[in-house]
Amino acid sequence: MYQITCPHCGPRAQTEFTYERTTDSIVDPAADAATAMQALYTRANPMGLDDEIWRHTYGCRAWMVLTRHRVTHEITAVKAIGPEALP
Amino acid sequence: MSGPMRIATGDETIPFTFDGTTYHARPGDTLAAALLANGVGLVGRSFKYHRPRGIMTAGIEEPNALVTVGKGGRAEPNTRATDLFVYPGMVAMSQNRWPSLSFDVASIFGLAAPALSAGFYYKTFFGPAKHWMLYEGFIRRAAGLGNAPTEPDPDNFSQRAGFCEVLVVGAGPAGLKAALEAAEAGKRVMLVEQDAVPGGSLLRDPDPSIDPAAMVEKIKALGGLVLLRTTASGYWDHNFLTLTQRLAEPGEVPAHGFAQRLWHVRAGRVVLATGLIERPVPFANNDHPGVMLSQAVRSYVRRWGVLPGKRVVIATNNDDAYLTAAALVAAGAEVVALLDARATGPAAPAGVTVYHDARPSSVTGRKHALRKVTALIGGSEQSFDADLIAVSGGFVPVSHLHMQAGGKLEWNEEAQAFIPGGTPQACETIGSALSPPPAPAVAPAGKAKKSFVDFQNDVSLADIDLAWQEGYRSVEHLKRYTTLGMATDQGKTSNMVALSRLAEKQGVTVPEAGLTTFRPPFTPVTMGLLAGAGARNAGAHVRRIPLHGLHEAHDPIWQPLGYWFRPRAYPVNGESLQQAALREARTVRTVAGLSDVSTLGKFEVSGPDAAALLELVCATTVGKLAVGRGRYTFMCREDGMVSDDGTVWRLAQNRYLLTSSTGGADRMAHFISYVRNSLRPDLKCSVVNVQEHYAGIALAGPRARAILAALTGAEPPRHMGYAPATIVGVPVHVLAASYSGERAFEIHVEATHAAKVWRVIEAATRAEGGAPYGLEAMELLRIEKGHVVVGGEVDGRSTPQDLGLAGMLNKAGGFIGAAGLTRPALSAPNRNNLVGLISLEGAIPEGGMLIGRAGTSPQGHVTAAARRILEGGAIALALLEGGHKRHGEELTVTSPTRGEKARVRVTSPHFYDTAGERYRD
Amino acid sequence: MKTPYSAFSLLRGALNGQKHWEPAWRDPEPKASYDVIIIGGGGHGLATAYYLAKVHGIRNVAVLEKSWIGGGNVGRNTTLVRSNYRLPQLHNFFEFGLKLWHGLSDDLNYNVMFSPRGAMFLGHNDGDMIKLAERGDAMRCDGIDAELLSTKQIAKIEPLLDLSRSARFPIDGALIQWRAGTARHDAVAWGYARAADALGVDIIQKCEVTGFVRDGNKITGVETTRGRILAGRTGICVAGHSGHVAGLAGLKLPIESQTLQALVTEGVKPMVQSVVMSQSLHFYVSQSDKGGIVMGGDPDNWPSYARRGQPTIKEHAIAQAVTCMPALSRLRMLRTWSGVTDMSFDGSPIIGTTPIDGLYLNAGWCYGGFKATPASGWTYAHTLATGKPHALNAPFSLERFMTGATIDETSVGPFPNHR
Repeated sequence: MYQITCPHCGPRAQTEFTYERTTDSIVDPAADAATAMQALYTRANPMGLDDEIWRHTYGCRAWMVLTRHRVTHEITAVKAIGPEALP
Repeated sequence: MSGPMRIATGDETIPFTFDGTTYHARPGDTLAAALLANGVGLVGRSFKYHRPRGIMTAGIEEPNALVTVGKGGRAEPNTRATDLFVYPGMVAMSQNRWPSLSFDVASIFGLAAPALSAGFYYKTFFGPAKHWMLYEGFIRRAAGLGNAPTEPDPDNFSQRAGFCEVLVVGAGPAGLKAALEAAEAGKRVMLVEQDAVPGGSLLRDPDPSIDPAAMVEKIKALGGLVLLRTTASGYWDHNFLTLTQRLAEPGEVPAHGFAQRLWHVRAGRVVLATGLIERPVPFANNDHPGVMLSQAVRSYVRRWGVLPGKRVVIATNNDDAYLTAAALVAAGAEVVALLDARATGPAAPAGVTVYHDARPSSVTGRKHALRKVTALIGGSEQSFDADLIAVSGGFVPVSHLHMQAGGKLEWNEEAQAFIPGGTPQACETIGSALSPPPAPAVAPAGKAKKSFVDFQNDVSLADIDLAWQEGYRSVEHLKRYTTLGMATDQGKTSNMVALSRLAEKQGVTVPEAGLTTFRPPFTPVTMGLLAGAGARNAGAHVRRIPLHGLHEAHDPIWQPLGYWFRPRAYPVNGESLQQAALREARTVRTVAGLSDVSTLGKFEVSGPDAAALLELVCATTVGKLAVGRGRYTFMCREDGMVSDDGTVWRLAQNRYLLTSSTGGADRMAHFISYVRNSLRPDLKCSVVNVQEHYAGIALAGPRARAILAALTGAEPPRHMGYAPATIVGVPVHVLAASYSGERAFEIHVEATHAAKVWRVIEAATRAEGGAPYGLEAMELLRIEKGHVVVGGEVDGRSTPQDLGLAGMLNKAGGFIGAAGLTRPALSAPNRNNLVGLISLEGAIPEGGMLIGRAGTSPQGHVTAAARRILEGGAIALALLEGGHKRHGEELTVTSPTRGEKARVRVTSPHFYDTAGERYRD
Repeated sequence: MKTPYSAFSLLRGALNGQKHWEPAWRDPEPKASYDVIIIGGGGHGLATAYYLAKVHGIRNVAVLEKSWIGGGNVGRNTTLVRSNYRLPQLHNFFEFGLKLWHGLSDDLNYNVMFSPRGAMFLGHNDGDMIKLAERGDAMRCDGIDAELLSTKQIAKIEPLLDLSRSARFPIDGALIQWRAGTARHDAVAWGYARAADALGVDIIQKCEVTGFVRDGNKITGVETTRGRILAGRTGICVAGHSGHVAGLAGLKLPIESQTLQALVTEGVKPMVQSVVMSQSLHFYVSQSDKGGIVMGGDPDNWPSYARRGQPTIKEHAIAQAVTCMPALSRLRMLRTWSGVTDMSFDGSPIIGTTPIDGLYLNAGWCYGGFKATPASGWTYAHTLATGKPHALNAPFSLERFMTGATIDETSVGPFPNHR
């Protein structure tokens, strides 16, 4: 049960949040089909840090990007969604 | 008279029964203490060989003394007698024996023990699976321990969240000190202790300078929360712990209806003062009643005033057991020998003979106690008459929570023990767990076959040796092959003894031999507690539509739909569901009906870029829609499959209303928000989820227009038109959308005013000869019309093309799913396509398979079956391989599970008013 | 030649202290090269090695295991075996496996305790019942057993289920597959290991693959913690960690790893006869031979490689199970465990070739790999032996995600967490 620091609400229990996807699997609707399917169907799935989009669904409903370790579950950064938080 | 007894009787005021016999306990007695005080040493039977077992410990690590306690739905099997405080009227029963504890027929398994070696079942009982099931039946009945209750649980379980700066686990001397210091430093403190009283080891070895009760009062006075009878059972990510608090003893009627409480605690820092567990000593028959851990003996003597034996042998490899000798002597017992495996030791209490280089090799016993202890002393055997042996093989730090927290262990050679080391979480271990007394490794004496390591599961040293011999050499293989450490005590007393043996076999040190990981829970946790209030409702809440009460007055058949409940039909005069649905559907086709569609997903999208956002979310064009007009739309997932459908309306220049299906509404809200925030934060628009803001009323049928015109005093919009209106003074949105195939309207009204509006529409409709209709009639209507439904034809595996919707796709592309749709397999000719079916013979079973001829593989299936509403005759919608090009073909629908069959002709899915004439006024 | 397992041999052992048993598998040093290397000594890897040796006569095979065999998902599941899938590609594949399960103990000379006690899916409303009938009809048309049960019939099998109409999710009926059941999970790994070893397969434990030996677009071997080992063909078989190992070869997969939790209660006398599952409520329950109630629910719905679950996910599954079977209330959760699952992006496995020559992939089992062990081993062995998929695993190619021929039983689409 993680504690996630929502950029808007502060530290909250993980049960208030939902995981959406990794930032590298954002499918740009303007992309060509091959690029889009590459984004949709391949994942680095690292045994380490990855950037993930989460939402404070049962709280303020805002979106954010977590940098989270897939083995230790350490959350090293949380940024509100926006151009500077996305690749 | 020999065997266990109370040192000085008095105050035995609490009556309880064990196996039907009434005894009396003192306040504060555990069942184990009370049984020993009453001379009862035989308490249970082991799992595999049904060997007689007594009380070995005085705590939660007890492997042997398990009972079922309580009656009816409150009965708790497998309860440790050492972790159960006697209350008046307690009913405890021994387990895993028949017909009685002292005469157990299944103890003949013990005679077969030489053949029932570790993993014996892997080597026999071959043959067809059915044969194995026969043997298995016997094994299953012999296995298990207690019986589960068959009656419902009469009690409740509560759950609570806790937050603190410092959580201290264990109220022994170290834990009390740490908690008090933290409280004095102004921290928010929680102190939890699994025992019923604070003190920990002080209860066994009192220290006049420490007063646990007074310290607890101080911590409380400083605002600390002290929870007794509370176990920290799980340590999870980010310093989150689960605590289980007993509000009543197992089987006891709780004072306030709640048997236990589950705490979810987030702690700033965790201090583990969890102490030590004593290691038993392997020798032949070391599982017999009358073999007890040394510190447990001391606890019974000092804390409970019980003498577990009167002629006692002590066997140790450390100094701590000398304290037990002193306690026994002080209580009037005779310590006939102190066997110290070491060459030297401290001074023994007066009158106690110490033998060095001495190890027990076997014991013999009678029912409730021992008879004789045989020891190997300096290479020669010597026997002692004794009714009890107190053993100490060293100490094991309780590092379970530390390891659950991801902590490392460090090997302490002197103590032959793993000590908690570093942890990645804000957590530290303090107290005796860090400094177990020195206790050298001792080679066991006595027959390996009868030297038990895991007592409950009857795993002996010989079983460990056999596993090694057969190549099960990693500690995990050993554990799994022999079932070592898998019993209800989870190896608390057996793990280290087994590891030592494994290391000895491998010729390596214990840390090189490996270590099994500890996972939650620390001690077993009642399932009802984990379920909490959810045990009554599967953890599912109920969502009620705004007009629930109003429908209730019509006594409808309710249909659960996700968490929602919607009227399925409104039967009158004893109609069945089908009869009511058909009547309601006919009313819609011939007059008018009204229906509650409040659960539809509804989104208001506004701003200059509103259309751009909608053209991402929807796969159809939106931008060209004129103000005051709407159209059918559908949405695709990013892989191109249709995910949902609905309608989109242009309410004003830069303002749209999008509706979507009930079942997909939450997902759609999430998805639109994702698109808006993650994909296109640059768009100038806002999305508001108005699903529950508006209630929705569908009014459909040939008289619908006239009814609505009369109520609004205005000409209703034409088909797929939008107009704001007022009904009984309430502003409403009128959307001229039709799901039924009739001229129809969706009237969306603020939920708080919905009842008022529904009432006048219902009255006006009834006045025309119409009636409310439910989901079942809606289903008949939409199937006949050939509209798809999410969860039916829209099955998450179908493309727009499959569903005959390709013509509506936004030709410009750019919508979500457009890229996915370009993949070649999505336009393959043999994909499942939406078709209609007309029965030539028989009713069409919904869900049935479409086949060419008997015995061939299915080519598709029936997604929805109905009948023509006015004409009669069975029709259906189906997904059929290459179906678009197979209209006219004859096929069979078969449902082997229901024994139903029909002959059908494949047709267009649109059975009713294909020209759309019914929409015209 | 190993001493065959039999009741007679056990009795003989009773007289000699069971001294005549040899190790179930050898502990060989890795050779410099093999015809086939299988990365991963789990159930699927060991089964693949066994069928390579037995069916295809390819015995110069090594199974490389970074830890101890059977320590991955074959050792941490809920032991269910069934073939009751809706989609034909899946039910035909799993049915082939189910047939192998029925003869597996004899075939391996190792009692894997496969117990066809029946697996029932509960239906909680008319819609559920039609979906269950559809599933059963699809199976029956392909020759697989399935039977709809009324609540009366359910009551005879599982009297402790709450069959009252007032239940929050009343039980309306069930679909049972009688030939489905449970097996002893560890025994499956050990049985395959012993049988494969007897045919000459080298099972090499504590040998972690750290990289691949590459010659252009061809994999010719692996680098390991015990040195370089060359191979004609190399098969990845490390479900749970497929993303990681494939990454060593530069492959990115349509897979995200998630944690799936399970638990067992303290043992009690028999109370659950069959395997009871509810797809609407997302839990499943069975009883082990030792008497523990084994149960699980949904995976933790976000990526993780940690064998460490989130407690409230488990508590929710327990609430659902206790609601349906109130007698579970006073049992105690004894032990919990977690597996790392390969969640593929259509919910179906991947067994076949990769874009890299000489490298093959067996992955993406989501939370359903255990039951597949024999079929997976059989078809993967065929693929490794011939270089081409078997008809049964041909649909489960890696290419299908790019071509669109996905096999989406649960209709979830590309994001496993969008359940």
